[in-house]
Amino acid sequence: MKTDNKTQTSKLDPYAGERLKRSHFHPRQAELNLRDAWSSWNGYKFADYYYDEEYEYFCIRNSCATYDICPMQKYRISGADAHFMLNRMVTRDLNKLKEDRVTYVCWCTDQGRLIDDGTIFKLGSESFMLTCGSPSLAWLRKSALGFERLEITDLSDDLAALSFQGPTTCEVLKKMGLEGIQNLKPFNIMYFDIGGSSHKPLMVSRTGFTGDLGYELWIAPQLALTLWDELYAAGDDYGIQPYGEAATNMARLEAGFIMPGMEFNEALKTVNYQYDQTPFELNLDWLVDFNKPHFNGRSALLEERDRGPKYRLVKLDIAGNKPADESALYADQKCSVEIGYVTSAMWSPVVKANIALAMIDSDYIDGSIWAEIYYGKELRHHSKVVRCVLQNAPFWAPDRARLTPPPAF
Amino acid sequence: MQHYDNIIIGAGHNGLVCAAYLAKKGQSVLVLEASDTLGGLAATREFYPGYKVGVAHSLSHFSAQIVSDLNLTAHGYIPGAPMPTIGLDLEGKHVVVTRDGLRGVSKKDLDSYIDYRQLLERFAGMLSPFWLKTMPRIGSKKFADLTTFAQLGLKLRLLGKRDMGEFMRVATLPARDLMDENFDSDLLKAVLSWDGLIGSKMAPRSPNATVLAMLYRMSGEHHGASSIPKDGIESLINALHLVLVNAGGQVRCNAPVTKINVKGDSTGLRATGVELADGEILHARRVISSADPKRTFLQLLGAEHLEIEFTNRINRLRCDGYVAKLHLALDGLAHFSGIDIPDGRMIVAPHMDSIEFAFDDAKYGGSPAQPVMEIVLPSINDSSMAPDGKHVLSAHVMYVPYSLKGGWTAEAKANLQDLTIDTIAQYSPNLRDRIVHAEFLTPEDIESSHHVTGGHWHHTELSMDQMLMMRPTYQAAQYATPIPGLFLCGAGSHPGGGLMGGPGHNAARHVLAAGKGL
Amino acid sequence: MKKYDAIIVGAGHNGLTNAAYLAKAQLDVLVVEKNDYIGGAAVTREIHDGWFYSSCSYVCSMMRQSIHRDLNLTRHGLVLVPYLGTVVFGDHGDTMVSYHSEEAEYNQLRRRSPHDADAMFRFQTDLARYARLIRKTLLRTPPDPTSFRPRDIKELLWLAKQFWSLGETELYEYIRFFTMSAADFLDDYFEDDLIKAAMASPGVIGTALGVYSPGSAYILLHHVMGDVDGNIGAWGLARGGMGAISNAIAGAVQEHGGEIRTNAGVDKILVKNNQAVGIVLDSGEEIYGGIVVSNMDAKRTFTQCMDRADLPPGIYEKAVNFKIRGSSGKVNIALSGLPTFTGVADNRYINRGGQGFVGSMETMERAYDCWKHGRWSDDPFIESVIPSAWDPTVAPPGQHWMSNFVQYCPSQLADGPWTAEKRDAFGLTVVDKIERYSPGFKDLIVHMEVRTPFEIEAEVGLTEGNIFQGELTIDQLLFNRPFPGYAQYRMPVKNLYMCGSSTHPGGGVSSACGANAAREILIDLRRPNTVPEDDFGDE
Repeated sequence: MKTDNKTQTSKLDPYAGERLKRSHFHPRQAELNLRDAWSSWNGYKFADYYYDEEYEYFCIRNSCATYDICPMQKYRISGADAHFMLNRMVTRDLNKLKEDRVTYVCWCTDQGRLIDDGTIFKLGSESFMLTCGSPSLAWLRKSALGFERLEITDLSDDLAALSFQGPTTCEVLKKMGLEGIQNLKPFNIMYFDIGGSSHKPLMVSRTGFTGDLGYELWIAPQLALTLWDELYAAGDDYGIQPYGEAATNMARLEAGFIMPGMEFNEALKTVNYQYDQTPFELNLDWLVDFNKPHFNGRSALLEERDRGPKYRLVKLDIAGNKPADESALYADQKCSVEIGYVTSAMWSPVVKANIALAMIDSDYIDGSIWAEIYYGKELRHHSKVVRCVLQNAPFWAPDRARLTPPPAF
Repeated sequence: MQHYDNIIIGAGHNGLVCAAYLAKKGQSVLVLEASDTLGGLAATREFYPGYKVGVAHSLSHFSAQIVSDLNLTAHGYIPGAPMPTIGLDLEGKHVVVTRDGLRGVSKKDLDSYIDYRQLLERFAGMLSPFWLKTMPRIGSKKFADLTTFAQLGLKLRLLGKRDMGEFMRVATLPARDLMDENFDSDLLKAVLSWDGLIGSKMAPRSPNATVLAMLYRMSGEHHGASSIPKDGIESLINALHLVLVNAGGQVRCNAPVTKINVKGDSTGLRATGVELADGEILHARRVISSADPKRTFLQLLGAEHLEIEFTNRINRLRCDGYVAKLHLALDGLAHFSGIDIPDGRMIVAPHMDSIEFAFDDAKYGGSPAQPVMEIVLPSINDSSMAPDGKHVLSAHVMYVPYSLKGGWTAEAKANLQDLTIDTIAQYSPNLRDRIVHAEFLTPEDIESSHHVTGGHWHHTELSMDQMLMMRPTYQAAQYATPIPGLFLCGAGSHPGGGLMGGPGHNAARHVLAAGKGL
Repeated sequence: MKKYDAIIVGAGHNGLTNAAYLAKAQLDVLVVEKNDYIGGAAVTREIHDGWFYSSCSYVCSMMRQSIHRDLNLTRHGLVLVPYLGTVVFGDHGDTMVSYHSEEAEYNQLRRRSPHDADAMFRFQTDLARYARLIRKTLLRTPPDPTSFRPRDIKELLWLAKQFWSLGETELYEYIRFFTMSAADFLDDYFEDDLIKAAMASPGVIGTALGVYSPGSAYILLHHVMGDVDGNIGAWGLARGGMGAISNAIAGAVQEHGGEIRTNAGVDKILVKNNQAVGIVLDSGEEIYGGIVVSNMDAKRTFTQCMDRADLPPGIYEKAVNFKIRGSSGKVNIALSGLPTFTGVADNRYINRGGQGFVGSMETMERAYDCWKHGRWSDDPFIESVIPSAWDPTVAPPGQHWMSNFVQYCPSQLADGPWTAEKRDAFGLTVVDKIERYSPGFKDLIVHMEVRTPFEIEAEVGLTEGNIFQGELTIDQLLFNRPFPGYAQYRMPVKNLYMCGSSTHPGGGVSSACGANAAREILIDLRRPNTVPEDDFGDE
């Protein structure tokens, strides 16, 4: 955080240079983090959870909850070449993206290996915002080489953002005074006044990472705490609660969303040859638009499409109730033919199912699938081999996430 | 509207060679040249009334195979005799290097030279077939590519155990170590290392490039010795032009290409032709660029049509030229102390440290305090270069940075020109009295006059990481580019720069082979 | 008269490692050492009362952990403790701390350049990829590419397979990396000059190349391919100084019945009928052995300790041409307290690391230019560490010793031979530079030992004081080290071997050269192999 306490303490605190940055919402979040369960994200001090991971997860599914996305990386790309530069970088066709709309995109190396996924906000005809989980400035700069009429600004530390997810979110925002919020369609953007302002400093997009009804709120840092206070005041009667990394991970897994470091390894940070993934392996075929004459990795991806990906990301419903974290997958119950590995797994409290995302050798995708699960019981370790059933639809995809206006909770 | 089989960008010698081969195979070819003269860096032009010169002032390894394939001798090109290389000494104790021997050095150095020369010729002989081959992609499974690899392996083995081991050691040796291992004379060492260094941002102590550059230059029929064709370098360019026109090819001068046109649809991208500065649009099945890779990809084609890493690799090619040119119009012969007729290639570099220290100035963007250079008086071998009884002096001055700290102001240029003339005058006392006109071209000048990025002779540096299957960079090292229909044929492709013709020849062969499938 | 199975000349860490493995194979082994202490350049010496200097090498990261474990070095007293952060100092007083935590490191870099903070991830990934490949070759004998022997062909194919496993584009990048300069390599990643300078400094340590010289990128890798407990690129200190390593290996030699004699300088290696048969000591004493293994560098071995007449034609010349250039000096300083540095917070963790006085890319290159002119750098690059900040055994409590590795310092000066006055002037250049960043530093100095290449050669026997026993350029790496055709530790004279850093994989306190040589010797002697294979914490 560039504001308040840093400049004062650096003289006193010999460890200042080494401490994690504080989010713009930190003063409020710290109060609520009763467990002191902090980890870090992109150099920010970041909550794993605040009170209880499962409670926070149920707030997402049952009421409403906020997730701090200040540490998420945000870049403004503007200028006459901005569209062309981004359109060549990502695999989707941005010609289809209208103003005040958001789209989910991914981008690849020349070899068609996935670097990262993220969202692009079209803020004006020549103005875009790209958000993603990991720092990407170096790749953006590389991508911008040869495009003269372009400016890339790293907004990561200079734009506060809060994800607000759950069935009561629309109601809370209405109560907060965001008039017309119920008409905001998925992936659309609207602007609102807050704290008596008149220039609509609050940007709201109907986006999120939970597979549920939800919004993301974007605002200048100096208004961050105002936003927080107004939101929490309005949300008090609707069960508002901050949630951390742990609950996010549960919600996104139910929705079938991929995470770097779990489902995929960012290509530019992968040491071993092809230990990274292609969009096809991750079932992101729908993001790759071959009608577009050129985008980065196109020819490699075309080959991959024609050849068929080596692996496929699948959703598994696994017998029993022991989560299959880090399990190896086999084609037979004797575990003689290894065909893949589980990338994320959990017991889903809403679906009451033992679910997982997994990478499976494409050749075995139609056969039977067995998971070898390790689990502990009072310091003893056990393993068992159980059957897995392929699921096509997300484990959790309520209608309210898609409908406009969203139904009453 | 005319639709060509091939449009070739640039009428440098590689563009012309490529065009001539294609035209002879019955293809329609149009060569587009930005300037008003053919030949690119080898073009001969009048720099003062009656006095002519080119950026390149001699040949060292123009391919004999191309001469015979295109029958250039029947079109007016008559190769010249090898010129001696003379290391100038202030006291007149010059060192004279010819292929067979040396003058002006000790018996010990002479003996070493014979062995050294034979060893390098064995190495050069091993490599020579590969300069005119397409370097395969590593990992290619094509039969022809595997054959090339196998041949390379076999040739290496055929050197014998000792030579092979020595080759693998010597190949990356800095010039200084190679010279120190073999010779005592400082002047001799400097002169012999010259051919491994000239044109590059490399000095005698820099490893990894010198020896390969030397061996590359030794691939010609005079084994690396410079020569001037009987009727000048112009006669080579004219012969290439004649062969091309006779085979039905066309050439247009004053036709600068500003853009390579690309069509894009759901089948991907394809080069369709070019656009000229006046807005004229020309169509062709293939566009073959002899312009340097940076210009071709980043300026003419545009990054938006290319992959991101590829674009960045092109951008990071080391293309800054480090050679300036001094041209003097002389109203009579300049005499060099201790030399009867200065008809050789004369090198001013008293010892390897003088080369090294000149480089040190340039690496920080400075102008050399004591320039080192190569001097030729082309009018001695080719009387058409100057009016009767008058002469032209041409010097390649190393290491003159492309981007000078503070910029190339008129003053900075004038100072360096003066310094260079003073340096030559130390060896040629009557020089200053003979000067009618002087011209000094920095790499920046060469860039703007010859449309070559960085003013770099070789379009991009001839060093190990930019050679062979990595020239100019992988995915464009086999003349085809990532854009279907766009090919490279200039010095930025394998085997590289210099008046050699290899890139043009190899590109034509590749295009013809690829064309069979079209 | 007693005849040993093997005589090892030089009790450097590689000589001792070699002896330990030969002794372990039941050979009767003698190590002779000219000094009255063992260790060569891996020594700890009490130069000033109460202060124990690691007077030559000062940090450790390449030590093969399989050897560490196999020779029970921990039982023989060796404990390696990892570094924490390092501070680099720029020309204009700016500093950059490299923090131990990835997140703190990211924030720190981001304060200088958000672009570079991101680029660092990719840089580290690429470097790890390159390092991983080369690491696999450390405990292997290089193949002879000119040979048709099945073993060589098999090894060549193995190497090819390792390269191939990088994937096509990474393979091209790797070739580029091998041949380019540290500066060009870093320009691909970074924009901030101090970040570049910090990353470039390992590319020139111990070598007579500049950061702008092609080939320096590989040397950078050579310095970061080591590891501490599998953390590639991490550095550590030996508790008790670098001598602890040599002493522990010597303990292993003795455990297996080997014999070590100090004060036994070798005058000549004895050759009869084209076979090495023993040595003559400076005292005139002759000692015979079945084989002779030289831990000395290639130049010293062939040009000073052998009769030219005993060598096959051409070998003497190869040894003369072997590049072994003195480029670095060392200043060891006893301090009455821990120095403080301008702009560096009083952070106990930062101060458990090193200091890099890099200045900038241009400053480092200009330092090299001085060397070319035959003088020491006016504004040298200094890599320092204060081991006493976390090793309680090397200085009296509350007092400290600081190791300063300095580049560049030529072995021959343009203005005549080294003298005591010049040596002290060189030392003064170094402490003056440190004083610039640490006002009051000079007042803390209790004792100072200055070593130019001249002193290092005179004492340790490293020709020109070159810390690697030979430059690490491609012409002297892998199957070219020390000479083409002799990279498999067998030398041109029968029964003569080499086991020092002049052989593959080169310099650094790794024990790999000594162990590899032992493996080859045991093959020739038809003894069972005692040398372990490498293991990799990173795979």
